[in-house]
Formats: sequence, C-alpha cells, structure tokens
Amino acid sequence: MSAVAGRFDELQKLGVEVLSVSTDSVFVHKIWEEEELSQMTKNGIPWPMVADGAGNLGRVYGVYDEANGVNIRGRFLIDPDGVIQAMEVMTPPVGRKIEETIRQVHAFQLVRKTKGAEACPAGWEPGMTTLKPGPDLVGKVWKVWQPQ
Amino acid sequence: MPDEPVGCAKPTGTVIGETADPDEKNENESEEGEKNMVMARVGGKAPDFEAPAYHKGAFVNVKLSDYLGKWVLLCFYPGDFTFV
Repeated sequence: MSAVAGRFDELQKLGVEVLSVSTDSVFVHKIWEEEELSQMTKNGIPWPMVADGAGNLGRVYGVYDEANGVNIRGRFLIDPDGVIQAMEVMTPPVGRKIEETIRQVHAFQLVRKTKGAEACPAGWEPGMTTLKPGPDLVGKVWKVWQPQ
Repeated sequence: MPDEPVGCAKPTGTVIGETADPDEKNENESEEGEKNMVMARVGGKAPDFEAPAYHKGAFVNVKLSDYLGKWVLLCFYPGDFTFV
C-alpha cells in the first residue's frame, strides 16, 4: 500500500482514483494508517481504505480465500465506463509492482484515446511504437515491431 | 457521501452503473438471502458495491458507481499489519 501511496500523485495526474480493500475493520485501517503507513509515506494513505469484514466484495471479485478468511492480492483496473480492463491476482507472499500498474494505465488510456485504432505490443512502454491493427498489418508485424 | 458508515460491505448484485430490478432481485434470492452476484471478469463491467471505509481521519461510505467517469485502481490485499 505504501508503494502505491508513493506514486499516488502520478496516478492522480493520470486521472486514476484508488481504493484498497481488506477484511480488516475501519478501526484497524485507522490505526494501521496512523501508526505505520504514515511513517512509510509522505502524507499517509490518501484514498479510502475499504473494510470488507465478511469477504462479500472479495467473493464477487474472485479473491476471497474462504479457508483463511482473507482477500488474497488482487488488482483491478477499471475504466471510466466501469469496465474492468485488467486484473492481476496473486497469493499473499509476493507483492505487486506499482510500475507495472502505471505502465498498464498508460497503455489502456492510449488504446481508449485512439478508440482502439492503436494497440500496445508486448513490452510496450510509453513513447514506444504502437501497432495499428488492420488488413495492412496482417503478417507484417515484424516490419514495425520486434521483440526486445 | 453520507458520514454514517454502512453496516458491512455489500455488493449491490449488479454491475457498476446499473440498478437492480427489484422483482428480478427477489427471484434470484435463495432462502439464505444469497443472490446471484455478478462476478468480476476482464472486459466486463465491474461488480458494484457499497462499503464502509476509513479515509483521511474519517469513517465514510464508498460506492463504486460514484467513481463512474474515472479510472479506478481497486486493490485487494490480505491484511493490515502484514509484511509484504
């Protein structure tokens, strides 16, 4: 969470709002934010920390672990129409990398801006060449894009 | 956004931007009150929910559909005070 908080300004510039969810109560969220997270981030946690005590939200997002009563790591990128464009679900011992999330935000925003006229190939980073899907590109991707 | 937190986090049973048809909702309800919830999938509309949250010193209600028109990063994690 603190890693995301460190890039919050950048996410806001991209027009991205953040919501975090765990099965902890709002009281636990408050103390965690005040006692620990505020020591790891410049301004604490600036977004709503959602309490999902019964795992009701985790269940509909497919991340609730019934045996352990917790939500496993799940990251969902939702576009302005409410459509889930990307999801990443991981077991607890390995953390996520916010840079990858931000890369995907850039990529999905570009695709949205071009109304699908441009697509982002594997390994795409902002500023790199995009693909223009269409009859002329069939069998010719190698001319405009090579794996790194 | 009302200040009084809702009792517990509840999916609305529909996707973001839609309201449930009350008649249809009753049909989907089993004896335990379980509903046929819309599940999250890529390319589909996000399941809407209303839930209590802690936000900058206050307890608030959050409704996902209030975020329509914006990009949203929704992050689930196992628990506060864990180590990763």
